[in-house]
Amino acid sequence: MTTFTVAGKSGPFTHAPNSVQKTMNTVLLALLPAILFNAYLFGLPGIFLFAVTVLSCVVVEAACLLIGGRSVSATLIDGSAVLTGVLLAMSLPPWAPWWIGGLGAVFAIALAKHTYGGLGQNVFNPAMVARVALLISFPVAMTAWVTPHPLFSLHTPSLHEALLITFGTGTPDTVSSASALGLIKTELSRGVPVSEAMKQVPDLMDMAMGYRSGSLGETSAVLILLGGVFLLLRGVISWHIPVGVIGSLFLMASLFHAINPDRFTGGLFHITSGATFLGAFFIATDYVTSPVSNLGKLVFGIGCGILTWVIRTFAGYPEGMAFSVLLMNAMTLIIDQYTRPRVFGRTRSGEPLQHKEKNP
Amino acid sequence: MKLFPIRGGIHPDYRKEETSEEPIVTMPMPGALYIPLQQHIGVSADPLVKQGDRVLKGQLIAGNHLTMSVPQHAPTSGYVRAIAEITAPHPSGLPQTTIIIEPDGKEEWCTLPAPITDPFSTDPEIIRTRVAEAGVVGMGGAAFPSAVKLNLGLRYKLRILLINGAECEPYLTCDDRVMRERADAIIDGARIMAHALGVPRIVVAIEENKPQAIAIMTKAAAGVAEVVAVPVQYPMGSERHLTQAITGQETPARGLTADIGVVVHNVSTACAVHNAIRHGRPLISRVLTVSGHAVRNPKNVETLIGTQVAELIKFCGDFKEAPARLVNGGPMMGNPLPGLGVPVVKGMSGVLALAANEVNEGPEQPCIRCGSCVSICPLGLTPVELVAFVRRDLLDNAEKLGVRDCVSCGSCSWVCPARIPLVHYFNYAKGALNARDRERNKLERVKTMAEAHAERVAKAAMAKQQRAPKNTGASPPPPRGTNEPSAAEKITP
Repeated sequence: MTTFTVAGKSGPFTHAPNSVQKTMNTVLLALLPAILFNAYLFGLPGIFLFAVTVLSCVVVEAACLLIGGRSVSATLIDGSAVLTGVLLAMSLPPWAPWWIGGLGAVFAIALAKHTYGGLGQNVFNPAMVARVALLISFPVAMTAWVTPHPLFSLHTPSLHEALLITFGTGTPDTVSSASALGLIKTELSRGVPVSEAMKQVPDLMDMAMGYRSGSLGETSAVLILLGGVFLLLRGVISWHIPVGVIGSLFLMASLFHAINPDRFTGGLFHITSGATFLGAFFIATDYVTSPVSNLGKLVFGIGCGILTWVIRTFAGYPEGMAFSVLLMNAMTLIIDQYTRPRVFGRTRSGEPLQHKEKNP
Repeated sequence: MKLFPIRGGIHPDYRKEETSEEPIVTMPMPGALYIPLQQHIGVSADPLVKQGDRVLKGQLIAGNHLTMSVPQHAPTSGYVRAIAEITAPHPSGLPQTTIIIEPDGKEEWCTLPAPITDPFSTDPEIIRTRVAEAGVVGMGGAAFPSAVKLNLGLRYKLRILLINGAECEPYLTCDDRVMRERADAIIDGARIMAHALGVPRIVVAIEENKPQAIAIMTKAAAGVAEVVAVPVQYPMGSERHLTQAITGQETPARGLTADIGVVVHNVSTACAVHNAIRHGRPLISRVLTVSGHAVRNPKNVETLIGTQVAELIKFCGDFKEAPARLVNGGPMMGNPLPGLGVPVVKGMSGVLALAANEVNEGPEQPCIRCGSCVSICPLGLTPVELVAFVRRDLLDNAEKLGVRDCVSCGSCSWVCPARIPLVHYFNYAKGALNARDRERNKLERVKTMAEAHAERVAKAAMAKQQRAPKNTGASPPPPRGTNEPSAAEKITP
């Protein structure tokens, strides 16, 4: 019989069948229905932009790892760069030119992630940093929403047209249209009350089903919701952030809508439009940039929801999800400090519990 | 009975079916027995025999009169082959003084102390003494001297004796089998312990995944103890958590369950107490589980203390593949076995030879702050923050966040998707903090002694000056300052 020398590592000597890579893959799987639906909805230009964005993220990640002298193969397979790429692509206008995706990848991976030290070290959500940076730098390209041009339909661009849209001359002016949130905002600024402007947006059912203009991935609320529920069931995310975001947004919007329906849009409109579901289930729940405790997650979610409503309602931009997530990202470590669970056998302030019926 | 929830916890793959239906089998006499003199928490025992002595089964071979020490007995009759330094089943893998006995095969008992036929009308002090003399320790794994724990009734107002049959560690089934096969002995032992502690109420807690044990124990306990099925939730068998599940009360941090009136003893310990009182028999054997996919025939084995693990493995059909890990105890809180040459000790509840797919090891990745460790920590700690501090050796910060409250249950390491060995870091931090405390205490003591010395010197000088008043011109020699290193150096033992 052979003798063994065992390295003196503490237990446990068994492990849950999970890994970082599996988690990332589950999130990608949850996004798949929405991705496929949007590929169908916006046709070849949307597919091209999606591919360019994801590929660029992977290339930039590999380049950053190389420069940092880290093992490229070992880290690249964790899937985080692909996920960032997918989320970024889903927040872009579907027919945006290729360089929007490429530049976005540099913002997201190089600037927002690797300057902080790579996976797990970044303070801000990489996809949202990229989206906001692009939005501020290229407001026209980033707000060129198109109406749906489903694959296999008469309106869908041909391969030649699609190549021109993504890699050539860009989107023909005639097809662009405003998103619902943008439309309401513009109309309000022209003095048109919400009740009037609402007549021009698709009805809520169409909005929920996704048959409307909007960014690549955010249009189909129902499919995103489906993916979100899948993540909840698989235990990848907990309910705290999504419920915090959607609940607070809904409550704020409903409350103010009840007070002044001409000035404020309703709760249902808010949660079905823009990136609410994508933000609540897939963006705000990003592990790295959100708090670790359940209470902290709830606080974080509520913060995101309220800020989103405030930005959508009062600020210059029609959509506020990206901004509010970034603002709350900055608060994450502070929230963590104040929402630690109470330690077993201690009071909230950390003193050992005292028991009255003490020893005789 | 109303149960109370415990925080967090995990549901690992239990793999108890490997051995749960295997009745306890007694292992044949091994070629030699290795009895380490420290198998418990506390002070090592002193050898009372020498090389070449003949010893009888049950004979006291090592001991002293210290409270925190536990005597050792000869597991069989034979000759003392040697008293040597042998690698002990301890994570350090350091050698330890060990009495090596060569069995003569006669199994000749020594004269045992007379059984206590009516323990319930016997002075508790006599019971405690007998338990101490029988060398009984906590058999759930911690190996704390049981007699010391039976003294708690003197200092605390106790309400409940909690008999721990949770056995929440994966693989282990020895307590399950002991409960199924020796229920009456456990209940009798528990009643004796309750009498020694002066506790009115006995509760036996068993995890729901052992229905046969629950049924058998309920029958055996009728009228004298309550048997409670507790949810399957690791680490339910942790003393503090089991107490919380039963009473709803939290043991104060850094305190004992006795602070809230509860004393917890393992089922096998109760059995050992029964043997010590009713039969006068010392603790010379125990039941343990040999399991893991690398073992051909996993079993629950009753074996003499001192049997080499190698012989135990051979008895279980040897390895069918090279094990990736050899573990002393359960896979969650057990320790790595330093080798196959180490002996079975009193606190060893299992020997696991785990195949690579069971260990499921993977490369460590960066933390993605998923927060799983925070939501599952049964102590309410934030391992993600603690590990960041410990990595940078910021032990004060880690202490402030409660690293010392960690019970090393391993749940966080188990659940971590990035496979960060969190518990390993926390064990390091706890060790380093304890070492620092010891160092601090030592410095404190040296300082006090140095000050006392300086004071004595000053007094002596003053007295001398008073006795010699004529020497007024010269000032007295300056008293030695406490900061003066030479003073400290001289006094340091």
